[in-house]
Formats: sequence, structure tokens, C-alpha cells
Amino acid sequence: MSMDRREFIKITGLSTLFGLAGKGAFELLRPGVLDAAEHGHGAHAPEEPAEAAIRWGMTIDVEKFSEPGLAEKCIKACHSTHNVPDFGNSKNQVKWLWRDDYEHTFAGNENDYMDDHVKELPFLCFCNHCDEPPCVRVCPTKATFRRPDGIVAMDYHRCIGCRFCMAGCPYGSRSFNWFDPRDALNEKEYNMEFPTRMKGVVEKCNFCVERLAQDKLPACVEVAPEALTFGDLADPDSNVRQILRKRSSMRRKLELGTKPSVFYLV
Amino acid sequence: MYDAWKILVGLAIFLGLFTFAFWMNAGKAAPIPEPKIDTPEIKKMAEAERKCVEDKHFMRTTHMQLINDWRDQALRDGDRDYINKKGKKYVISLQNTCMKCHSNKKEFCDKCHNYTGVAPYCWDCHIVPEEEPKGNES
Repeated sequence: MSMDRREFIKITGLSTLFGLAGKGAFELLRPGVLDAAEHGHGAHAPEEPAEAAIRWGMTIDVEKFSEPGLAEKCIKACHSTHNVPDFGNSKNQVKWLWRDDYEHTFAGNENDYMDDHVKELPFLCFCNHCDEPPCVRVCPTKATFRRPDGIVAMDYHRCIGCRFCMAGCPYGSRSFNWFDPRDALNEKEYNMEFPTRMKGVVEKCNFCVERLAQDKLPACVEVAPEALTFGDLADPDSNVRQILRKRSSMRRKLELGTKPSVFYLV
Repeated sequence: MYDAWKILVGLAIFLGLFTFAFWMNAGKAAPIPEPKIDTPEIKKMAEAERKCVEDKHFMRTTHMQLINDWRDQALRDGDRDYINKKGKKYVISLQNTCMKCHSNKKEFCDKCHNYTGVAPYCWDCHIVPEEEPKGNES
């Protein structure tokens, strides 16, 4: 086959247009056609405008936790509801809800002359269900994702245990299952209505999404209603918004721009 | 051909060993499994209400796809209601819907899964209901 110079340049030019420019070439020649085809089918769920946008959030009345044992009560309620194992050492620890001190909860906000009371007060820590969750951005399998109601959820079926999310989370809210969690759980104390996890996945607080589906409050809120308030941040008249209007509050590591939805009332 | 008989004997032994699994099990078809649906929860129901979420044939052939869809619908879309072909509503949950009735994993799930040689990993996380020890269990 022979080809003259003109023919060669034509073919090369066209191949470059379609090969290198790809989708751009389509846009150039038939604007809008490709986008329409993509959105027409294959999408998992059609995007509907949310009827009533909900944004779940929580307030923690820090002072109330000066009552001894209240923090532990919340932790126990959470961990027994969700079959969270206790391996008895911090290296393999799995935690959804835990207590820490002021210095570590609000790192960077401490000062040298703090009053003893705040120094010793326990601060409940758990997933902040951020508006801009870094864990979701780094997850390579979309195993962790943000629901429309603001809850940062985990799909353990998809988790490959790469632990990028643990590196991404600035709050240490995520734990890795180094061992089969059932090794550290008592079979008789299983919550039969909730699964366990398996070895090799990352887990964290889910804002009791399975209880919310049954119109129940999160387990920790249920045992400490005087200290914890759970509600809709998007609704200006909701319980949490009314509290936040009256009380001043702090959020953890605001400077990182993650926009947490857990408010510590001070 | 040199050492023909050695080669032939070697070949015969090799073929014999290679096909061992076939002639060892020849004529011994494994019995067709019959999953049991005689759990206390099912027995409690009235005869007319003893229905799975979909009909028997559909569940037999398509339960794996249904469960797969359920998982995505409940977990990712947050929609935990399933409406079956007859319009009846069910809560989507393996542990709280499927296993509430089929509380006999060994006699129900495992029967066919073992027969067909599939090992679904549901039970790595989802908790199997406690099975009451029965006298006639083998």
C-alpha cells in the first residue's frame, strides 16, 4: 500500500484528535452527546433532590462528665451494641468511643496554666462525621463514604484493610482489626442484631445508623441523655441547634477544615 | 523405541493417579441436599403465612443476587425497606430478617453451599443464630 504525504498527515491528525484528546474530541464535534449518554443509564441511583435535608450532629456537655463512670457507661453501651472487641492492650485496641483528656482532645489549645478541673475532666471522643471527611477522600475502594445525612459510613464488605483512612483521619477515630474480633468477644454477650467485623478491616463509630433507621437514638445518647444531645444540625429549631444557640462550643482541630459535626459545650 | 514397556508402565501409573478422583467416586453421586425449613420460628407461623420474601423458586436461584442488592440498598443507599413482588414490605437485614426464620444455618445454608462447593463469607462478620442441639443431628 502506498500513501502520499497528504494522506499520511490526514490520518495522523485524525488519530491524534481521537486518541489523545479522547473525550475532548467528542465534545468538540458533538457537544453534550457523551455526557447525556453517561447520565442516561448505568448510574447507581438517580440523584434526587433531598426532600428534607438532614445533617446529623451531636453536642457533648463536657461538664456533665465530671460525674464518675458516666463516660465509661457510654463506652460500654456503644461497644456492646456494636460487638466491639476488647483485646486488653492499646496496641491492638479497637475503639468506636473512648475517653481522653483535654490536652489530647484539643491539642494546640492547651495552655500552661490550665485549671485542674478541666485538666482532669474526661472528654468523649469518637468519629466526628466531618463535612469534609479526609478518610473518604483517601479510601481507594469507596468502602467509607459520606451519606446525604452527613454520616460517614463504612461498608465493611468493600474494605481491603489498606488503612489509608486511618492515616487520613486526624482524630484517630479509626481502628484496624489486627486479629479476628471474635477472639476477644464473648459469644454469650453478642448483640445478635448487629454483625461483628472480620480480621483485616478498619472500623469506627457509625453514629448508630442502624438504630436511627429504627427511630432510636444512638446508644451512647440513650444512656447519657443529660450530657449528650443528638439531632439535626440542618434544622434551625432542632434540639442541637437550640443548645448551640445558647451555649458556646468547641470542635476538634477546626484548623484542618474537616468541619466536624460533634460539638463540645464549654 | 527403547524401553517401551517402562514408558508404557509409567504412563499407565501416571494416568491412573491423574484420574484417581474420577474413578474413585464413580457411581457415587452425592445425595441432592434438602435444606430444612423446620425451625421453631417458621413452625410458629400459620400455614398460609409460611412464605419467604419471594417465592421458593426465585429464592433458590436468585437469593445470592437478592442479598447482594439488599446489602447495597441498605448500607449504601440507606434504604432498609424491601417491597416484594406481591407488595409486602420487609426490613432488609441478613441477621434480623433472613436468619430470624432460617435460624438453622447448618441445616439450611450449609446444606446446598457444601454440595455446590461454594463458601460465601457472610459469616465472617454476620453472626449465626445459636443452634439448639438436637438429638437426631448427625
